[in-house]
Amino acid sequence: MSDQPCRLCRISLDHVHVNLDKETQLEDVSLHIHCGEITVLVGPNGAGKTTLLRALLNQVPFSGEIRHEDHDGKPFSKVVTGYVPQQLPFDRQMPITVRDTLAAALSRRAVWTGVSRATRLKALETLKTAEAESLIDKRLGTLSGGELQRVLLALALTPTPDLLILDEPVSGVDQNGQMLFLKTVDTLRRHHHLAILMVSHDWDMVKKFADRVILINKSVLAMGTPEEVFSSPAFSQAFPVVKAGDSQ
Amino acid sequence: MSAIYNLMDAMLPQSVFGLAFMKNALLALLLLTPLLALIGTMAVNRRMAFFSDALGHSALAGVGLGVLLGLQDLTLVLLIFGLLFALFISYINRRGGASADTNISVFSSTGIALGLALLSGGGNFGRYSSLLVGDVLAITTKDLLSLALLFLFGIAIWLLVYNKLLLSALNPSLAQSRGIRTVLVENLFVCLVAAAVMLSIRWVGILLINALLILPAAAARNVARSVPQHTLLSVVFSLFSGVAGLVLAFQLGTSVGAAVVLCAAALYFISYLARFFLKRNQ
Repeated sequence: MSDQPCRLCRISLDHVHVNLDKETQLEDVSLHIHCGEITVLVGPNGAGKTTLLRALLNQVPFSGEIRHEDHDGKPFSKVVTGYVPQQLPFDRQMPITVRDTLAAALSRRAVWTGVSRATRLKALETLKTAEAESLIDKRLGTLSGGELQRVLLALALTPTPDLLILDEPVSGVDQNGQMLFLKTVDTLRRHHHLAILMVSHDWDMVKKFADRVILINKSVLAMGTPEEVFSSPAFSQAFPVVKAGDSQ
Repeated sequence: MSAIYNLMDAMLPQSVFGLAFMKNALLALLLLTPLLALIGTMAVNRRMAFFSDALGHSALAGVGLGVLLGLQDLTLVLLIFGLLFALFISYINRRGGASADTNISVFSSTGIALGLALLSGGGNFGRYSSLLVGDVLAITTKDLLSLALLFLFGIAIWLLVYNKLLLSALNPSLAQSRGIRTVLVENLFVCLVAAAVMLSIRWVGILLINALLILPAAAARNVARSVPQHTLLSVVFSLFSGVAGLVLAFQLGTSVGAAVVLCAAALYFISYLARFFLKRNQ
């Protein structure tokens, strides 16, 4: 990963609507995501969090506008987006190593013909960004949840993205794995000034790492610092079981 | 072609490969088995064994249509029918609704029934029963040329799209976020499977083609831990089954397709047992 500063400044969503299978998934969503910040998206199940991420990834049709702007406020078209999916429900018996997975993404040479020394070195460099280089020769199916997420994070960081999208990246990962993952993300934000958008349900984690929180349920209900959103009436309404103490 | 025959005469035992049809059969198997083994690795990883089985069965309907249209050469109609059938099943599966195995089963049975209905008109099905088991000994040099083209075309596609296909097999959203057009590469893959199945079916047979596609890749998967290992072992197992099956069929006077598949099945069971002795999970 290069040390060049991010070229993108902010991502603006203006009046974004998404309808899927004749159902409204997102309604009139307007928000900004800034570089150098970790923005956390929260909301109840079925609130459209993943749909919002997919709209940003251009994987679902939407109306309204999603604009990428550089530091001078000019449109920025060549946005590189890194994406770490919520879960990777792949066949764990598949004969594929971490090296093969990275080689498939980083090299043009078909992986079945073998992996060159240069590609292997590139894969190692990539894995280092997420402290995962020791996993290079492991079979993908034998990795723990946390290890797999670190490999996926490393993959999402090559080539260096302007926007990093993490869909509940640490759900089902043990406490140590979670901390390691989030510290890596935090370091990335500091050093590379990435815009990071993350879905999470872990309030402690949100308080610790988020710069901004956006609460959605089809549309935006609250936006601001973690403290502002957690103390908002909309938050208590969306998550009535979370006690005030949990969110303060 | 005569140079290849001369080389084969010099290298192979005359007692088995003395006759031209045996040389042709060997060449056909040397072209077909590695390609099916390569494609098979992805078919197994994507859990598409049932899909390719349905594709093989649908060949009966393809032949039926060709006969109905009064065509002499059925290769082209089989190929076109196979491509459309494969693309249509993939489309229906992407649309959702019923589960993939239910969709495929519906198409498979429809294909067989349509083929039987068209071909059994006038009680003539006996003329086409060779399609069920295939006959690699009847292959001509012209057929070998089309197999050689299929082989080259298949390898070229496999070199170009494999990485994209592998990433979309792992996670379509992840693949899309890296700029991969997953629907396009998946369609290319099912078309390649369809072309390989349809062009091999006269030699291997409707009942056995899927075994040749799936068994070597499944056997290799039992013992491989990386993509290159999986591919290499699948090709080696497939070539071995092809050659050993041909020789065995010649010695025992039995169907070549059946002998080849039995050799592949034997390798599958051996590799299944071997996996317990290999430290594959490290």
